[in-house]
Amino acid sequence: MNAKRTDLIATIVIDLIVASVVGILFFLLAYILTAGLPHVSWSFLTGATDAFSGAGGIGVQLFNSFYLLVLTMLISVPISLGAGIYLAEYAKDNWRTSLIRSAIEVLSSLPSVVVGLFGFLLFVVKFKIGFSVISGAIALTFFNLPLLTRNIEESLSAVSRSQREAGLSLGLSKWKTELGIILPVALPGIVTGIVLSAGRVFGEAAALIYTAGQSAPVTNFADWNPMDPASPLNPFRPAETLAVHIWKVNTEGLASNAAALSAAASAVLIIAVLLFNLGARLLGTYLYRRVTASK
Amino acid sequence: MLKQYSFEETAVQTFDDKTSLAMKTENMQVFYGENHAMFDANLAFPKNQITALIGASGSGKSTYLRSLNRMNDGIATVTGKIWYHGVNINEPGVNIYEIRRHIGMVFQRPNPFAKSIRENIVYALRANGLKKKAELEERIEQSLKGAALWDEVKDNLDKSALSLSGGQQQRLCIARSIAMAPDVLLLDEPCSALDPISTVKVEETLLELQKKYTIIIVTHNMQQASRISSQCAFFHLGHIMEYAPTGTMFSNPQIPVTQDYIAGSFG
Repeated sequence: MNAKRTDLIATIVIDLIVASVVGILFFLLAYILTAGLPHVSWSFLTGATDAFSGAGGIGVQLFNSFYLLVLTMLISVPISLGAGIYLAEYAKDNWRTSLIRSAIEVLSSLPSVVVGLFGFLLFVVKFKIGFSVISGAIALTFFNLPLLTRNIEESLSAVSRSQREAGLSLGLSKWKTELGIILPVALPGIVTGIVLSAGRVFGEAAALIYTAGQSAPVTNFADWNPMDPASPLNPFRPAETLAVHIWKVNTEGLASNAAALSAAASAVLIIAVLLFNLGARLLGTYLYRRVTASK
Repeated sequence: MLKQYSFEETAVQTFDDKTSLAMKTENMQVFYGENHAMFDANLAFPKNQITALIGASGSGKSTYLRSLNRMNDGIATVTGKIWYHGVNINEPGVNIYEIRRHIGMVFQRPNPFAKSIRENIVYALRANGLKKKAELEERIEQSLKGAALWDEVKDNLDKSALSLSGGQQQRLCIARSIAMAPDVLLLDEPCSALDPISTVKVEETLLELQKKYTIIIVTHNMQQASRISSQCAFFHLGHIMEYAPTGTMFSNPQIPVTQDYIAGSFG
């Protein structure tokens, strides 16, 4: 067989593989959206759920998902930023660093349901916090930390060594070089990673069933005092998220239109995650232009 | 096959007390782990002159240069003395950040920050506590003029430094260094990634800069060394073999290894 022919066959095979991957994705998206979107309405997006049957809208769940996401990110981004900077810049190449790296790897391979059960035993039961937003956020942090740390470390390491030398040669300290020169260059990659992990956190169910709980008590959206039990901002109230709601409607929902409900909620979830992905790209490009002053 | 030369036979000039020196090294050794990369380096650099460090790849000239402003910290072990203004700066207690502000460095590949031209120059100044806007603007203009870049970029100071050509980027790096008002400027093969026209511009810039700064430049290019330097040191396998005024070095090298190198028999 001549080189040209081999090349042609290889190209066709690779094209087919790519096409099938894209095809599967589009089939899934189209299926979920066509099944769910007809049932999505304004009252569905904002309405309250009937606690017994699971019927009704997903307003509270949608809010819970976002609130939990924000809390999770508030906890996990600073920690993983510190860990990522440490691993990329300060960690020496020795047994301790490789121990940290393997620990991160093990943490990232823990099944989310195990993380959820751990959170349940430690926070919900042992610390008596109960099913709550905060328990869920901490469990999700465990689940999120390793991937974020890895992403931040990789983004920082990808910045050329010569940039570091330039900073140091001007008499800047290592920390100042890191913060003012390396971090801005790495920022688009870091932000992309954060937004993508936000999408993952948004869709997570297993880790939340036992930590944030499966009930969405009616909250008073006029009450923004985080200390009030009925306030949506109260981090100690149970908070069923959208992904958990989908699971619950499908397993124990008593509503007559359970199938339509879960299809609609899935469509909303998928759209939110897609928006996160799109947002990650746009934000990454925007930030890169912004920090590097390139138009 | 590389000819064997005796490391005992060297011809390194020294200066009398009347010559004012910018810096000097005494018995400097550099080790990369177990690997002994620089042997007994004794060089002195007269003020306001360009000194060229030449030699084949791996001869230790970059290693030597990077030790002068302690850029080898954490990479290599440097022993011996590095005298700068009567202070041995190769001591653990020395403030290396302060030292690097006085002894600037320009690298082989242009490495401007991924920021605007203006920010490239003022970032480190601001970090060192210079906040007055007028003074910063003044420094921008002075340093860009010093690096012969001002006319090309004065209308685009907010443009990304990465949009400049390679030669412009390298001159920006020089401007960035001299904006710190150093008194010694170390250049590590600053023209090796540039085209001939940009090279000429950088060389003209350096010739102009030696009036204010002491310049030590590592170069691969012997023509460049003869064009711009007043003193020239020849490195071979981690040893400084010969150090002499550039004219003497190129017209009348003292020892066989320099003679062969300059004649082009190796390297």
